[in-house]
Amino acid sequence: MSSRIRITDTTLRDGSHPMRHAYTVQQVEDVVRALDGTGVSLIEVTHGDGLGGSSLQYGMSHVPELELIERAVAVSESTDIGVLLLPGVGTRRDLKAAADLGVKAVRIATHCTEADISQQHFAAAQELGLEPIGFLMMSHMIEPAQLAEQAALMAGYGATCVYIVDSAGALVPAGVRDRVAALAEVVPEVAFHGHNNLGLAVGNTIAAVEAGATRIDGCLRGLGAGAGNAATELLAAVLHQSGIDTGFDVFGLSDAAEQVVQPFMPFQPFPDRESLALGFAGVYSTFLLHAKRHSERLGIDPRDVLVELGRRKAVAGQEDWIVDVAGEIAAAQAADLATGASAS
Amino acid sequence: MTTGATRVAIIGTGNIGTDLLMKLRGSETMEVACFAGIDPASEGIARAKDLGVPVSSDGLDGVLEADVKVVFDATSAGAHRSHAPRLEQAGIFAVDLTPAHIGPLVVPAVNLDEHLSGTNVNLITCGGQATIPIVHALDRVAPLKYAEMVSTIASLSAGPGTRQNIDEFTRTTSGALQQVGGAAAGKAIMVLNPADPPILMGNTLFAVPEDPAIDEEALRASVDRMVEQVSRYVPGYRLKVEPVIDRQWTPWGERTVVIVLLQVEGAGDFLPPYAGNLDIMTAAACQVGERWVQVQREGLVAA
Repeated sequence: MSSRIRITDTTLRDGSHPMRHAYTVQQVEDVVRALDGTGVSLIEVTHGDGLGGSSLQYGMSHVPELELIERAVAVSESTDIGVLLLPGVGTRRDLKAAADLGVKAVRIATHCTEADISQQHFAAAQELGLEPIGFLMMSHMIEPAQLAEQAALMAGYGATCVYIVDSAGALVPAGVRDRVAALAEVVPEVAFHGHNNLGLAVGNTIAAVEAGATRIDGCLRGLGAGAGNAATELLAAVLHQSGIDTGFDVFGLSDAAEQVVQPFMPFQPFPDRESLALGFAGVYSTFLLHAKRHSERLGIDPRDVLVELGRRKAVAGQEDWIVDVAGEIAAAQAADLATGASAS
Repeated sequence: MTTGATRVAIIGTGNIGTDLLMKLRGSETMEVACFAGIDPASEGIARAKDLGVPVSSDGLDGVLEADVKVVFDATSAGAHRSHAPRLEQAGIFAVDLTPAHIGPLVVPAVNLDEHLSGTNVNLITCGGQATIPIVHALDRVAPLKYAEMVSTIASLSAGPGTRQNIDEFTRTTSGALQQVGGAAAGKAIMVLNPADPPILMGNTLFAVPEDPAIDEEALRASVDRMVEQVSRYVPGYRLKVEPVIDRQWTPWGERTVVIVLLQVEGAGDFLPPYAGNLDIMTAAACQVGERWVQVQREGLVAA
């Protein structure tokens, strides 16, 4: 087991989902200041769906992300700022704009089977002098060996590290260990990003570390999509209890969670019945709030929508399918009602 | 040989070129006088030969020798950049299916006739062909402040060209939502879905009208009319559900958002039906050719 574990805090990126992309400059500055010096090695600041994610499909940013990134870079004294980029959503032009503001790393995210759409973005990241990190979303959907093939593609494009991203919070520890072991054979460094839809974000992350992952993700107070991510402050404490000397300021992080993030959180992400359905059906965590909104509009159970999206094998970024599926379920239920009414 | 059919050529013998060949073989106004590539051993060349289509493995040189009026270029942006000036010099009308963007951007149901007197037209992207007609249909009834399209295609139907140039897809398409569709601002997103069996190409359009007070009935009627018009040359083009009128937060405040879900089922001429993204490109190309020939003939009659 490695003793040097690096944490990326993504409160200001994954947390953008529960915040409905409405982070203010003040909130971003406060979070960055609170994290700076606690031992976290990278702070990710971007729209929840990465650079250029501000859209009607995913939700529009209230403050342009470049403005937030610029402020984060300005107030951070010792911690690097990173960004997320999903090819197909953001472009190299967006990456260049972020690089010009002084970010140091980019996580390039694709669906776990589609690594080969990221080649031009890895090349651009290297040209811009950014650390290029791979991010394979919905990693539960394919077997470890197949995931390793995709990770190897990213390593071939220059990734210094590749993340197993449990976007649906659907993995259990055994599945995490198998995937870490498979990737360790083919990439320089393995990393893990968990969601708490089955209550396993911290447990899965520790399983990943035990299996050899050396980079992990957290959000203060677990503020992320679905039931949230592993809480950064908990990761720091649990690593310490596991006998891994990481040098994280556990109380500093828990102060940041309690005093800075908790007051502005719209709700505490938790594996409630809808989030549990995400993990159970293997559905992208970000779909949660969109599914709730459209289900409410049509008077249906969001769990039915989420389960159907899982059955259709929706991938990251397909929020528009929610409109379609919710519409179909509502129409089918109306038809059932009508049939029932005429029969009685 | 069909008497009176206009001689045309296809350059590029991959999936797109071959699917286009199948479509053009059904045309009464055009005759494929040359199917050209650069690899004599390619599957596309062999298939065309079997069908009795004249083939060439001399690339553009073969095409220039074939005495044709229209060339469909299904190669790559780089290759088309070198083909375009030579085609223009030879007085041949070029229908560009690559992202080279040398000629004006064209969507047959929206602006084709404006550009038929030129020498080169570009067909944008598959997602552009699918969504720009709807942008135009909405914009003509309720001018749009913003239009955003999301194209979801089956992983299997995205070849290496698409995969290595995904930024070009989003950039070209978002520009065309404005330039051709008429929206004041545009954004494009592409998602690949690897589900097995493969999903049909889906396109979703989100649009924000300038004026929040919209005439829903007029919007729906305009969309229906446009879907009917596009489906005349892309038979598998349809609305997935009735347009949804939603409200969302935008930088311009809480606004009315029109959501239109479209599906494109390919005709299955050569490529499988799920590859509606490729089908809509070849169908659009075919329509450009048909219309060009028609206008040429009517022009001749008129003169």
